[in-house]
Amino acid sequence: MIQSKTETTLLVIGLIAVLSHRAQAFSTSGKTNSQENKTSFLSGLPVEVHGFYEIRSGYRTRKDKYEKDMSVMESRLQLDLSSYLDWADVKFKGDLIGDLVTEEADFDVREAHVFTMPFDFMDLKVGRQILTWGSGDLVFINDLFPKDWQSFFVGRDVEYLKAPSDAAKMSLFSKWANLDIVYTPRFDADRFIRGERISYWNSNLGRLAGRDAIQHTDKPNRWLKDSELAVRLYKNINNYEFALYGYRGYWKSPGGQDATRSQAIFPDLNAYGASVRGAVGRGIGNLEFGYYESDEDQSGKNALVNNSELRFLAGYAQEIGKDLTSGFQYYLEHMLDYSQYKDSSSSGLARDRNRHVLTVRLTKLLMNQNLRCSVFTYFSPSDKDVYMRPNLHYKASDNLALDIGSNIFFGDCPSTFFGQFQNNTNIYVGIRYSF
Amino acid sequence: MRLLWMVTLVIAFASMVSAGGEPNVPKPREPAKGETAPEKIPDVNTIVNRANLVAYYQGRDGKARVKMTIIDKKGQKRTKEFIILRKDVKEGGDQKYFVHFIRPVDERNTVFMVHKHADPKEDDDRWLYLPALSLVKRIAAGDKRTSFVGSNFLYEDVSGRSLQEDTHELIKTTDEFFVVKNVPKQPDTVEFSYYDVSIDRKTYMPMKMEYYDKKNKLYRVIEASQVKEIQGFPTVVRSIASDLNTGRRTEMEFSTVRYDIGLKDDIFTERYLHRPPQEARR
Repeated sequence: MIQSKTETTLLVIGLIAVLSHRAQAFSTSGKTNSQENKTSFLSGLPVEVHGFYEIRSGYRTRKDKYEKDMSVMESRLQLDLSSYLDWADVKFKGDLIGDLVTEEADFDVREAHVFTMPFDFMDLKVGRQILTWGSGDLVFINDLFPKDWQSFFVGRDVEYLKAPSDAAKMSLFSKWANLDIVYTPRFDADRFIRGERISYWNSNLGRLAGRDAIQHTDKPNRWLKDSELAVRLYKNINNYEFALYGYRGYWKSPGGQDATRSQAIFPDLNAYGASVRGAVGRGIGNLEFGYYESDEDQSGKNALVNNSELRFLAGYAQEIGKDLTSGFQYYLEHMLDYSQYKDSSSSGLARDRNRHVLTVRLTKLLMNQNLRCSVFTYFSPSDKDVYMRPNLHYKASDNLALDIGSNIFFGDCPSTFFGQFQNNTNIYVGIRYSF
Repeated sequence: MRLLWMVTLVIAFASMVSAGGEPNVPKPREPAKGETAPEKIPDVNTIVNRANLVAYYQGRDGKARVKMTIIDKKGQKRTKEFIILRKDVKEGGDQKYFVHFIRPVDERNTVFMVHKHADPKEDDDRWLYLPALSLVKRIAAGDKRTSFVGSNFLYEDVSGRSLQEDTHELIKTTDEFFVVKNVPKQPDTVEFSYYDVSIDRKTYMPMKMEYYDKKNKLYRVIEASQVKEIQGFPTVVRSIASDLNTGRRTEMEFSTVRYDIGLKDDIFTERYLHRPPQEARR
């Protein structure tokens, strides 16, 4: 924690230094070059400042003996600074958070990067950034960039599902195909469920747990040695978007156990996949496929490391009425080497070979599109569990927005993916002033 | 120094205008005062075709900064501001649009991109880029008679309604306007029974559109309240859409309009959704 705070501070100082240096460069070069001087005066200050102030508060609807009643209780100031210079765009976005659940103040740098186009055929973005790709709607196969499941489940804005990466992204463009290469010099894990805010199924204890058993992890943490590499090769053919993906890194949320030290670990993961997205009938269809190769357990015999998996997604979205859209997805996780898993699994709560999930999204805009009503539901017929996300978002003015919603979990079994979060069912409200 | 700057600007502007070439707009002989337009009146298809080109296909490409003010009957205002880039794939046919939002601030850097297909049987391809998630979303083709960003303008008003969807009849010719009545071929797909368009006889700019509901009552009006000539092209720089039933209206103002800026094709691809091109920034 202390280390990451120090890093954050360094990042901020570094960025301010870069920006002020450029600002200075503007004013000195102006003396020799009247045109540049003019440009800088015309555009005013070289930094655009935006952001928002938000208060968000949420409560559990049932008692959870391992967690506080408050699911989220925070105020948040986001500052978003961008500077468009001749040679690059520089961006900094950070949140200052007063959090009453953890009783801490925190500073979360969301983005701090430099973007440049060194050549016509190349884009380069270096620094802290939010990365996304793949074809799914709130379902990810080949997008192995860090997610913040904690924020997602407690009812923060959906933008917080994406956690930042400290990475360099190079994009190459050509008429044959485009290529993205993302190098993360030190592994960026998910902000996964570990018990401090959300109770979960602890398989070691064989029961639900929370703040009494916060999951400790042994995370690959060495610069350059514990790095991640993600690539995407993509092409648009008649507005059908085809993509191939590759990933070399680690399971993003703990994918194994170190039995001797009773720590969760992030075993090696390689992933290969493909997707296509485009118009089908009156709607948009997508297909995505991924092969997760769990490199430290190729045979599937090691009960302490996740097995390899095939993952598959098929989706379809369509407008079904005025300002009313619907979306359906079918998602499958298919465990490879299942018999080895079954043999080596000690507890009676072995998972099924296949985890089937269906998702349904309905979104309706009302009041001149100022009120958005939406509900997103995950339903797993194999796990027999459900996760629903109803939400109302009302734009009271150009600057002020209100948010009311809920995260509803239920299931037959306390160990399934969504079923384990039953006691975390919550209702939240948020108010945000953007500037 | 200032003088030098001014001179540079003037030269640049002059060369830009001349580079624009001959405008596509027909310039009929100006009738003398009091003359009652003796020239031959073109047939209705020629009129609507020309008007369509003037309204939506000026130059090979173009850009504008657009400010929309939406005012409800209580006087409450909402503002939308965006920069729109347009490139014609084919004159009078397919087009590409890139809309970069600047205001409201919580939608800043959102980009809406459309590959419009003129053939009414083929749906447009649409994308939405959400910057906070760095997400490129594909949006299902929608009813084009849905409000554009909550304003009184519909998608179809922004990018044009296909001429093939209506039958056209010249119902009146005044000194100033051709008035064309348009009746939908498939009345079930739209909320109006017909609409009249008043087309300027000189410039062929549609100046007023009046929509009548299924009971033939006027309920919606779009009016071009200011037209300027930019690079030789007559251009609407201010227009108002009003809903007579709700009293809600939207004013749309266009600034920094430019034509024939040489927009590259790849601007209308995923690459530039992540980072809008220079042309779409100011």
